Amino acid sequence: MSAVLVIFYVLAGLAVLGAVTLILQSHPIHSALSLILVMVSLAGLYLLMGAEFVAAVQIIVYGGAVMVLFVFVIMLLNAGEEEHTSFSKLARFAGIPLALALAGMIAAAIARSSAHLPAPAMSGALTSTKRLSMLLFSEFVYPFELTSFLILVAIVGAIVLAQREGN
Amino acid sequence: MSDFLSQYAFILIPIVKVVILVFLVLTVDAYLTLLERKVIAHIQARWGPYRVGPHGLLQPLADGVKFILKEDPLPQGVDKKAYFFAPFLTLMLSLTSLAVIPFGPDITIFGHKTYLGVADVNISLLVLFAITALSVYGVALAGWGSNNKYSLLGGLRSSAQMISYELAMTLSVVGVLLMAGTFSLKQIVEMQHTGNLGILGWNLFGFSRDGFGFTQIIGCVCFFIAAIAETNRIPFDLPEAESELVAGYHTEYASMKFAMFFIGEYTAMITVSCLSTILFFGGWLSPFPATWTFTHYLPSVLLIPIGLWVFFDGIRYETIFGRIILPAIGTALTVIGVVLARFPAINEPIQGPFWFLLKVFAVLFFYIWMRGTLPRFRYDQLMDFGWKFLLPLSIANVVITSAYLIWRMNG
Repeated sequence: MSAVLVIFYVLAGLAVLGAVTLILQSHPIHSALSLILVMVSLAGLYLLMGAEFVAAVQIIVYGGAVMVLFVFVIMLLNAGEEEHTSFSKLARFAGIPLALALAGMIAAAIARSSAHLPAPAMSGALTSTKRLSMLLFSEFVYPFELTSFLILVAIVGAIVLAQREGN
Repeated sequence: MSDFLSQYAFILIPIVKVVILVFLVLTVDAYLTLLERKVIAHIQARWGPYRVGPHGLLQPLADGVKFILKEDPLPQGVDKKAYFFAPFLTLMLSLTSLAVIPFGPDITIFGHKTYLGVADVNISLLVLFAITALSVYGVALAGWGSNNKYSLLGGLRSSAQMISYELAMTLSVVGVLLMAGTFSLKQIVEMQHTGNLGILGWNLFGFSRDGFGFTQIIGCVCFFIAAIAETNRIPFDLPEAESELVAGYHTEYASMKFAMFFIGEYTAMITVSCLSTILFFGGWLSPFPATWTFTHYLPSVLLIPIGLWVFFDGIRYETIFGRIILPAIGTALTVIGVVLARFPAINEPIQGPFWFLLKVFAVLFFYIWMRGTLPRFRYDQLMDFGWKFLLPLSIANVVITSAYLIWRMNG
């Protein structure tokens, strides 16, 4: 087993572990911490594929900014332990079979495609920061600018909502 | 044996580097606290630590022993996971960030060319920002997990402050990145190397790339202020404002867990000083033109008088212990200075690290100086300053720098 494969399994295992504990934790802060673990392991996986810029941005944006806001809001609301409610009837009868079916479908799809899965085409195309920004500012400039416009609208909306509260 | 060494050199060399670096940094952390106490004491016309060892030189050791021996009580009702995890996270992240700092140009030891730092990554600046982004959690979790209202308030203040100033800090660096065209700290330093312009080539003055660059004075000021806020130092130390919040997020921490926060804070200070040195003050580059080879004797010129002064001042010290130790230190410094002056083979490789450490020391001294001079901000002033002054200023720097670069490229 090559070193890359070992690192892959460690990171993938951490990501899955984080995702599972995210659901099993009863306290919102612990769930948020598990989600941070998932984000950081995903960044490691991106790094393994040679997408260093995406990996760093994954940690800065998702691991840092987004999750800090999650943690911040949970702290401010002072949310306590979640209460375990009894399963609803729908979940008991339809939920588990549906979940199993979905898992089966995904497993089947992976099993079928992995035989003729192309090698990751990351080397060269998207890897370097320079190439990535070239693409972003030439070919995908309209979607990029539209996204920034959307974010601007969201920021203005947030300010308007906050102002109305104040008055 | 040598087969084994050469086969696993790629993993053995970084391990050796990490061990040396951690040892050095922890020692520097310890003596930085002494330096801080001494400098602030002298600013306030006091003596500072003076009892433990000559001139208080053993004070860090005494502090360390005290931290280890102190009782470590577990307050009631804490969230154990967050409470125990937070100090580890703070220390771990601040030590990790040092891994990507280049302390000098590549050097050759025993015929093996090596990088003077742990990892030469081509996105090292982004790695540093990623680590900064994560280090909010240490403070936030400590504040929340301690089950104490002062801790919680300190943690919340700190998270808000760090998020706000992270923006200004990241944007203030964009000007440097525009000129360098790379995220690698090593290449950013090499870009500032102009040969005969010396100090003018630094990004602060911006004559790099044959006068193509643009002065980054605005970026430098923004970065420095934002960095102080990121490391929670005076005048932005609201998360631990003792007159309002006892000790803020680390109120409930004692013994080694408190020491971890403490070491984390000082290591973050060192990292930020290294970063501002690299980004704006030319990293390991000498401020003099490359043709002035006589400036290579500067380490000796500095070391020998300091050594002689410590020697002659030390033999008149009050205690016998001091009368032995201080002249010994003075002799050692003088001998190092003489050796450097006599043997160019040793003198040449240390030029880079010498300038780097001197600049980092100057920045650290400035940090301490500010702590001794400035009063603390009020919380709303802090937020106003960050969002309404620092952020627009750093954005303006980006706009001005890019406009200038485009004008130079076209005209």
